[in-house]
Amino acid sequence: MNVSLILIILLVGAFATFLAGDKLASKVALFFGLAAAGASIVLLNHYNLGENISFINQWITQPNISFALRADGLSMAMLLLTTVLTPIIIFSSFGNDYKNSKSFYALLLFMSFAMAGTFLASDGLLYYIFWELSLIPIYFIALIWGNGDVEERKKAVVKFFIYTLAGSLFMLVAFVYMYQKAGSLLLEDLYKLNLTANEQLWIFLAFFLAYAIKIPLIPFHTWQANVYQKAPTVGTMLLSGIMLKMGLYSVIRWQLPLAPLAAKEYMYIFIGLGITGVIYGSIVALKQKDLKKLLAYSSLAHVGLIAAGTYTLTLDGLRGAVLQMIAHGFVVVGLFYAAEIIFRRYETRAIAEMGGIRTQSPKFTSMFMILVLASVALPTTFNFIGEFTVLYSLSQINIWFAILGGTTIILGAYYMLKMFQHAMLGETNSKAFTDVTVNEGITLVLIIGVLFFFGMYPKPITDLITPSLEEILTQINRIN
Amino acid sequence: MNTLIAIIGLGVLCLLFEIFNLRKAIVPITILGLLGVLGLTISEFNSTESYYNNMIVVSKFSSTFSSLFIVLTIFLVALGHNFYENHQSKISDYIAIKIFLLAGAVAMVSFGNLAMFFLGIEVLSIALYILAASDRMNLKSNEAGMKYFLMGSFASGIILFGICLIYGAMGSFDVTEISELSQSAELPVWFPIGIVLVTIGMLFKVAAVPFHFWAPDVYEGSPALTTALMSTLAKVVAMATLYKLLSVMNADVSESFKMVVVIISMASMTVGNIMALRQTNVKRMLAFSGVSHAGFMLMTLLTLSTSAGSLLYYASAYSLSGIAAFSVILYVCKNRDNEDIVNFHGLGKTNPLLAAILTAALLSMAGIPIFAGFFAKLVLFSQTIQEGYLALVIVAVVNSIISVGYYFKLILAMYTKEPNEERKGTPVIIYAVAVIAIVLNIALGLFPSLVLDLLA
Repeated sequence: MNVSLILIILLVGAFATFLAGDKLASKVALFFGLAAAGASIVLLNHYNLGENISFINQWITQPNISFALRADGLSMAMLLLTTVLTPIIIFSSFGNDYKNSKSFYALLLFMSFAMAGTFLASDGLLYYIFWELSLIPIYFIALIWGNGDVEERKKAVVKFFIYTLAGSLFMLVAFVYMYQKAGSLLLEDLYKLNLTANEQLWIFLAFFLAYAIKIPLIPFHTWQANVYQKAPTVGTMLLSGIMLKMGLYSVIRWQLPLAPLAAKEYMYIFIGLGITGVIYGSIVALKQKDLKKLLAYSSLAHVGLIAAGTYTLTLDGLRGAVLQMIAHGFVVVGLFYAAEIIFRRYETRAIAEMGGIRTQSPKFTSMFMILVLASVALPTTFNFIGEFTVLYSLSQINIWFAILGGTTIILGAYYMLKMFQHAMLGETNSKAFTDVTVNEGITLVLIIGVLFFFGMYPKPITDLITPSLEEILTQINRIN
Repeated sequence: MNTLIAIIGLGVLCLLFEIFNLRKAIVPITILGLLGVLGLTISEFNSTESYYNNMIVVSKFSSTFSSLFIVLTIFLVALGHNFYENHQSKISDYIAIKIFLLAGAVAMVSFGNLAMFFLGIEVLSIALYILAASDRMNLKSNEAGMKYFLMGSFASGIILFGICLIYGAMGSFDVTEISELSQSAELPVWFPIGIVLVTIGMLFKVAAVPFHFWAPDVYEGSPALTTALMSTLAKVVAMATLYKLLSVMNADVSESFKMVVVIISMASMTVGNIMALRQTNVKRMLAFSGVSHAGFMLMTLLTLSTSAGSLLYYASAYSLSGIAAFSVILYVCKNRDNEDIVNFHGLGKTNPLLAAILTAALLSMAGIPIFAGFFAKLVLFSQTIQEGYLALVIVAVVNSIISVGYYFKLILAMYTKEPNEERKGTPVIIYAVAVIAIVLNIALGLFPSLVLDLLA
């Protein structure tokens, strides 16, 4: 049994969903999503027992490319994030009616397949292929099933596509360049390369362009808010919950170990960019009138902090970043889902048009409150652990980074609670707000459960990721 | 050699069918015949032989490229069944001309003598002139044929002039002799001038900048099936011939030659892509996209000794996606007087299968992974970086990004606009060709070694 099983389940699932027809599509998709989640938990067990669950096979002889899927703790953690969130996201869409839903759910599973592949691939080209492949389904999901004016949506989505493609093509050039030197693109072969400081800088920058656009970091973030707003909520969840993490994961897996000299030399600049993102995102979020846009900018602030954590090149920074990646994945899916629940009833995303929900639906209000508090890193939630570890590692580098980065919690609390106050409390909106349905309740409770469980007991995840992060750190420190 | 004879025999047979009034059977029998020829070519794959005092040299290079040309011709002939529905009385002429064109193409990649090369290129070109003007009652088609003929014969003249100069310098038409002589230290000045003239003529045929001006007008004016032929078969034939010609003359030893190739390649990509951004007619757009693909393929000329495999791969990837795209265009624009993007509005709703195929073909041309177009570009970039032309690769990457802009214009039109009218009928052959072409393309993307290793 090895990790290729997950990919096969998701890919077969995508085809089966397409063939199942419009009526059954969502249920078939959910079934395969759950199957993949189950399989990854079983695989995690095998992995924890010390079995080898990697899969390596020669794919192309000339150029020398392998179909290499390597599972270590970090990959497994990200794989679990993908496979657990996928069924939650599918389930969350059950209240909606999509035209041509067989294509919609097939694309959704296909995207999950590509993202899982990205997290597992340990051959540069294979990784690149999965990375690009994940772009196509989200392009169509956002384009065809998105909301708002068609022309505006088209502009936003095409901009997103061209931006990300442009960034990743430079990453491809970097890979091709390294292939000339190493004769293979397997990660362990690339580790053995002795690149000069100058070469490393260019490779670092080529990777940076790809990742900074995907994450997104300032000043490459301009596609984000519009796409989040225009995409259907399911697409937004996929983008913010999992796809962003592809960029952050790749920084840890590929960029830092392959070009450590550049990462050390220019550490302050990249941490600075991350922190700028935190402050900029928070300030812009303060001004937002659209709930989805507010969440998009808050997401920008949070990932800025995570990116800053990775660029500290310390074990704490990397560990905190990975923990926060997972925590943010769950909380952001929950928040976008809450926005969707409000939209289903009020048909609006403007915060000003909401209000008074608390008196009508106390259950929903309390769940939303927990999510809001989790996103501003309240102690006992998972996000607190992640954010706190990252801030600690930043303070080790320079105390000012930690102080400036800490504004995410203060400003975050301010704009999130202000939003909560306007949306949920106050005067009752003229429209009635029916209480959450069972499906909606289950989804939210699941997410909240995960956030609390790991908030109080993060050890399983820390134990899982720490050995592989240490291994990556030894690679980073191999040249000084 | 047997390939060539069999093809010409098949062409004559096509003409005879007219006499015996077997028009209905002509397309299936031609396809079967071509499949037989394909088998014959593949069976000769490992042999290297020369015929008629080195006039024709059959080698791995010639048989692999000939097989590609035959496959493309099979697709084009199959599409003809539907396209020439209303011209039944002429169908045998049209099909026969395509077969003769294929004979010219095969001669062009298997020549062993410059005279044979010229013969091949003329057979191919004359067939193309006729096909361009084959819609007799259409003013645009006549204009296209005339334009192509005038410009093309001019290019032929330049090629002939170049061949004369090479003969004057080397004293022989035989490529093996020329190849040996060209390695000597002292070369007469006429030899490089001859190479330059022949190259200019061939660059005209592949439509590379600055010899591309004919392409958009001719592509737009010609009947759609002829445009498909020009942009797939004719382009890769010319590219393969140019490659073979330059490699036998060892042109890549000269640094200044490489510099010229780099500049022309950059110019073709950039001009082609930027002009394509502004087109509203799909045929014109694909004409400019073809110009930029020619620029990509020209990159192989920098590493003449090693890049035959990657040229074959790029040519297959490009032409297969071209065939898939054009079969959808043939379906959409049947009985329309133009091929504007407006015709494609809402295809994603009215005909999801063909819309998906066209999307896949365009994604392949744009170089998105899993389609063959991605690996074609990857291998090309890898080779070019190895030779040390990083700047050229970066320009190529930037161009790949630009090209996404116009390929997606078409995709967006299919999926976001409302359909303007219903199309009737489901022509099985068009579906079959489109599906097979795109499946082959994806198969090449999944197993690139199949083709890449053929000429390694």
